Amino acid sequence: MTRKPLFSIKMKDRIFRIYAIACTAFALIMLAVLLIDITIKGASRLDWSFFTNLPSRHPEESGIYTALAGMVALLLFTLIVALPIGILAGIYLQEYGTKNRLAKFVEINISNLAGVPSVIYGILGLQVFVRMAGLGNSILAGSLTLSLLIMPIIIVSTREAIKAVPDSLRQAALGLGATKWQTIRRIVLPASFGGIMTGIILSTSRAIGETAPLIVVGALAYVPFIPEGPLDQYTSLPIQIFNWTSRPQQGFIINAAAGIIVLLLFTFILNGIAIYLRNKWYKKTNL
Amino acid sequence: MVYITLISLHHIKSYFIPMYRFISLATLLVVFSSCFKSYEGKINIDGSSTVYPLTEAVSEEFREIRPQIRVTVGVSGTGGGFKKFLRNEIDISNASRPISKSEIELSKQNNIGFIEIPVSYDGLAVVVSPKNTFVDYLTVEELHKMWSPESQRKITRWNQIRPEWPDAPLNLYGAGTSSGTYDYFTEAINGKAKASRGDYTASEDDNVLVQGVSTDVNGLAYFGLAYYTENKDKLKLVPIKVDQESEAIYPTDETVRTGTYQPLARPEFIYINVKSAEIPYIQEYVKFYLENAAALAEEIGSVALPSEVYKLSYERFKNLRTGSIFENKSIVGANLLNLLHEDAQ
Repeated sequence: MTRKPLFSIKMKDRIFRIYAIACTAFALIMLAVLLIDITIKGASRLDWSFFTNLPSRHPEESGIYTALAGMVALLLFTLIVALPIGILAGIYLQEYGTKNRLAKFVEINISNLAGVPSVIYGILGLQVFVRMAGLGNSILAGSLTLSLLIMPIIIVSTREAIKAVPDSLRQAALGLGATKWQTIRRIVLPASFGGIMTGIILSTSRAIGETAPLIVVGALAYVPFIPEGPLDQYTSLPIQIFNWTSRPQQGFIINAAAGIIVLLLFTFILNGIAIYLRNKWYKKTNL
Repeated sequence: MVYITLISLHHIKSYFIPMYRFISLATLLVVFSSCFKSYEGKINIDGSSTVYPLTEAVSEEFREIRPQIRVTVGVSGTGGGFKKFLRNEIDISNASRPISKSEIELSKQNNIGFIEIPVSYDGLAVVVSPKNTFVDYLTVEELHKMWSPESQRKITRWNQIRPEWPDAPLNLYGAGTSSGTYDYFTEAINGKAKASRGDYTASEDDNVLVQGVSTDVNGLAYFGLAYYTENKDKLKLVPIKVDQESEAIYPTDETVRTGTYQPLARPEFIYINVKSAEIPYIQEYVKFYLENAAALAEEIGSVALPSEVYKLSYERFKNLRTGSIFENKSIVGANLLNLLHEDAQ
């Protein structure tokens, strides 16, 4: 006598499907609730003056001008430092590096670095850049710290993108007499451009949202001027939001919500660019 | 193959070269622009996030009269601020407690003189949910019973505090361990800074505590008075008795300023590096700070000091009188006016 199963195979299929739908819906609903809550609270505060005003004790006059400028400057320097180093390290590890135990060890550690809590990078940055290198609480010190933070992500995504380039392309180039450098420059890099770009932009999105390491390396809260050079002091949007949420007045909570909307828009736009570039590139390279 | 090479060449040209150009252009711009300094002087301030709103307000007003002076304010916390102050990294340190013994020790080692100036009062409010009907007042002793380290896991119900209160769970909400509020509350209630039970809901963000206690009938919380004032409709303030016989006092601007609300009212300070105090525009800034602190303190929801304290403090500053008036003295229940008078003589 065979035991009758609790659910028929078809039933199991249905149950799994419903379960999967419920999980997706849960994630989406949570996101929607967050977005709606923030929008209701902050949208009314989003006007031109919010973008052009200096920090103030009056919530309705307080703006994100210097915070936004600080964030963009911070990001610019971070990318100037992290991009060349990250991408070249990725190329080396994937194309030139020999595959031995040491390589494996390095590979594992780079992946581990991507998961280290960001405040640890802040403490490292404080000791190395702020104090030993004597950069003080400057944009440069903050940027170098953020570069360390996103470099592992750039290296890993560069490697993944390069790995995805079919070996036949490389062999064809080498077979025609191209040098290794020519192959990488003319074949491998263009073919993996979309993937590399996605990695860069995702890591940028991460750098944008960081507060903890910046507070450690000395980002300030009240900065009534926009940075004019890499050695100027700065504040950044996440720090302004953090500062506002801890104030007792309701007006600052609204400001914080408006600040979050701006930050989210920034991230959405960056992610949008990443998706656009990736799609465009995939179409081209698959000719 | 040739196709691919051609395409990729095109790609490199169209994507990488403009990017390089853009980056080098941007670098040049930035390097050039940093050659022009359009300001006369810089004042670096850092420290407590409780004092931050007042310093921000003063700096905002100061910007109106002296736009060429760049004032920046950070929020590393009282301890973090002193660390930078004692490494000569900042001119002024915001502090929600007096400088500690070990910090004074360090200042001597590093040969850094400091001028201590009280700038405002902050009252700590003890609150419960508006739905809580039985709490009429609390004595300091009862608060101690609730919060002392020995009560951990033992005092967990309201009727253990006062037998006539209901047999309901006692849910405590309080400041996180790295805030000056925590240091002060534990010193005032438990006799020793940082001595507290650990089994309560802790947050550095007072708004979180407001949220927590306002929806918890059995909750009790302490935080800065300004957070109560902004959320009056969601909370119920508890008056405090110093001992069983004395009168139960609510924290208000008046009772905090005159020192009748005890022991949960604390002064807040700025500490000025004595070397910075010799710079004319920093003197100007400190003078401006003390002239306007009273009015601005009220505006941002903290409590102004008696005007005589500002006057005496300015004298101290002008005479470059270094050191702390709280060295070897407890801050709890201290009368600023008396201390400053004593110090002047």
